[in-house]
Amino acid sequence: MKNIKQLALGTAVAIGVGLSGAMTTVAQAEENYVPLLTYRTGPFAASGIHIANGMHDYLKMLNERDGGIGGVKLVTEECETGYNAQKGVECYEATKGKGALVYNPYSTGITLQLIPKAGVDKIPVLSMGYGLSAAAVGSTFPWVFNVPDTYWDGASVVIKYIGEQEGGLENLKGKKIGYIFLDAGYGREPIPLLEQLAEKYGYELLQYPVGIKEMQNQSSQWLNVRRDRPDYMVMWGWGAMNPTAIKEAVKIRFPMDKFIGVWWSAGDDDAAAGGEGAKGYKAMNFSGVGRDFPALDDIQKYVVDAGLSSTDAETMGGTLYNRGVLNSVIIAEGIRTAQELTGKKVITGEDMRMGLEALDLTEERLKELGLSGFAHPMKVTCEDHAGSHPVFIQEWDGKEWRQASGWIEPMTDIVRPLLEKAAAEYAEKNAPWPARTEPCPN
Amino acid sequence: MLYDIFIDPFVQMYEMPDFFLQVLWEGFVAGILYALIALGFVLIFKASGVFNFAQGIMVVFAGLTLVGLHENGVPAYLALILTIGVMGVLAYGVERVVMRPLVNQPDIILLMATIGLTYFLIGFGEFVFGGEPKQMITEELGLPTGSTAFEFGERGLVILQHIDIAAAVIAVIMVAALGIFFNKTRIGRALRAVADDHQAALSVGISLNQIWAIVWFAAGLVALATGIMWGARSDVSFALEIVAFKALPVLILGGFTSIPGAIVGGLIIGFGEKIGELYWGGLVGGGIESWLAYIIALIFLLFRPQGLFGERIIERV
Repeated sequence: MKNIKQLALGTAVAIGVGLSGAMTTVAQAEENYVPLLTYRTGPFAASGIHIANGMHDYLKMLNERDGGIGGVKLVTEECETGYNAQKGVECYEATKGKGALVYNPYSTGITLQLIPKAGVDKIPVLSMGYGLSAAAVGSTFPWVFNVPDTYWDGASVVIKYIGEQEGGLENLKGKKIGYIFLDAGYGREPIPLLEQLAEKYGYELLQYPVGIKEMQNQSSQWLNVRRDRPDYMVMWGWGAMNPTAIKEAVKIRFPMDKFIGVWWSAGDDDAAAGGEGAKGYKAMNFSGVGRDFPALDDIQKYVVDAGLSSTDAETMGGTLYNRGVLNSVIIAEGIRTAQELTGKKVITGEDMRMGLEALDLTEERLKELGLSGFAHPMKVTCEDHAGSHPVFIQEWDGKEWRQASGWIEPMTDIVRPLLEKAAAEYAEKNAPWPARTEPCPN
Repeated sequence: MLYDIFIDPFVQMYEMPDFFLQVLWEGFVAGILYALIALGFVLIFKASGVFNFAQGIMVVFAGLTLVGLHENGVPAYLALILTIGVMGVLAYGVERVVMRPLVNQPDIILLMATIGLTYFLIGFGEFVFGGEPKQMITEELGLPTGSTAFEFGERGLVILQHIDIAAAVIAVIMVAALGIFFNKTRIGRALRAVADDHQAALSVGISLNQIWAIVWFAAGLVALATGIMWGARSDVSFALEIVAFKALPVLILGGFTSIPGAIVGGLIIGFGEKIGELYWGGLVGGGIESWLAYIIALIFLLFRPQGLFGERIIERV
């Protein structure tokens, strides 16, 4: 009797597995699959949740409102990485066989792990405004995209902005610029450029690393800041590091209008943690401020109000939520472009690579998407996978972010040669790095 | 180089006395906060010989419960009382579900059980409260905010955060209360008996289960106080769990079984890492405090292997 039961159970499981396999095949035949590597738990959840919500909601909205892209529904699947490189790679390995079109690691550490895999597995990596700066060089990294900007672009914008505040870059000579950063691949990434610019413009770069274990215990770093009295502070923080740094800056009475964060230190929760004292804190940004965009209204109508999202409606329009939306806009436009280029509705990772390489998000297209003014128009070329697009500075007014500058162009004349040099060095260190054979769709 | 190591730091202390005072104050506050975390570990280790890996997540869990209840409309003080109740239920649950079935098992089994408890509390906490960080309800709890600046010389300034002063006062009160509880009450004496020898304590009629539940509850209260104080300095999020492991060098230094050891150890680590980082850290590029605490602890261990206040164990064969 026991054997019969086991046999029946085994048969049922076998049939179930067989059926689900068949269904997966069908799904792959009629849908485009986009895995989302996210983190809603752990020390970086404070930032990760909003990004994950924004990414999920926009793609879901396209499914609900338009039936997907080009008449083909999108299948999304979140995999929790906890901002951990090892878990990120596990997520990648677990999902790549399902027909993944593109990976968004949301961690420079995970991105660095996936870069060598992308060309082998023929699945592009989209590290939107993060990751390896040198990956902008499309001839060396045909499978990696870091549009709209690299960290080196961002670092050059910060220095340019500080120069403007001082009446010209030539006035930076003799100034002290402090750099507080998460002591990980992400935070260390812009240091070569900041050092290069320090040499060129004559400012002194003071570095304040914050270990992951010290994210909520930064009093030493800020005591050092107090003693060194830098003229400006620049921050490359993430997760729990951001609110703590802003609180500590308030605590030592650092002038907040001279404290500028990267676009990942621009969360609403980050600034709000500093209370009234955080007024004047600034951060770079390249995605829309606020929620006055028709596409966000559609997200609310088709996704949030319909109960298809875990987003709290009040957090819509926040900087990091909007950043997640922009990430999905780039994914969606990459898919749409790939469909146009190949004439196929259901595309592959290779098609997606071409779609991303031919991405041309014009002002007209942004308007059609209901996102006019949400981002600067951006274009990817075969040579330049970042595009070094302009960014703006936003300022915290105690309650919300306000745009505090016009669009500022990165110093491409300085950044681009350095990116090319770094790309060549990467290829040399990782020899034999494959020469590009992928055709250019432009 | 020798000048930078042996002379310059002291010149700096002399030339900028206000900054030196500020460093001492920050070291004192950090030390007090480390001591608070270490206390939670010590309480449980004393009673059961278990290194409670879950102490860090208990800090997060207590803080999140407090803020989460308040966010759902519960007045701050009622939320505080309810959180104390939740920590009591947790202590009872841990005793019934984790400790009691594992009595007389090797220490490593109990350690593994607390690791399991950690992951349970992470998952349960995220399920109930979500992974988003929350602002500590500092003002609602009547805790002071803001700061007072004392001018010192011509340009000098020493800034004292009111919440840091409150943290120091609360820590002192908690330590005093725990000291009285363990030394002057019947349960406290029973706990000390359990700490000395489980079987001897059982033989004179002390309920091991009751003691464990009380100790876990006391550790829960310490976790709540720690969560409030650390949460006020940053925010209440799961990242706080990492901070709890700052207590490890404190425990190595002070001894795993001594409440005064936790306090003195915390202060030595607090002062040591701040002074080391601020005056000597620059020589090696900064960021030394994460490992300097362990170096300080190891130096003390060279002279007192059982920790400053740890019990000297002599085993004869």
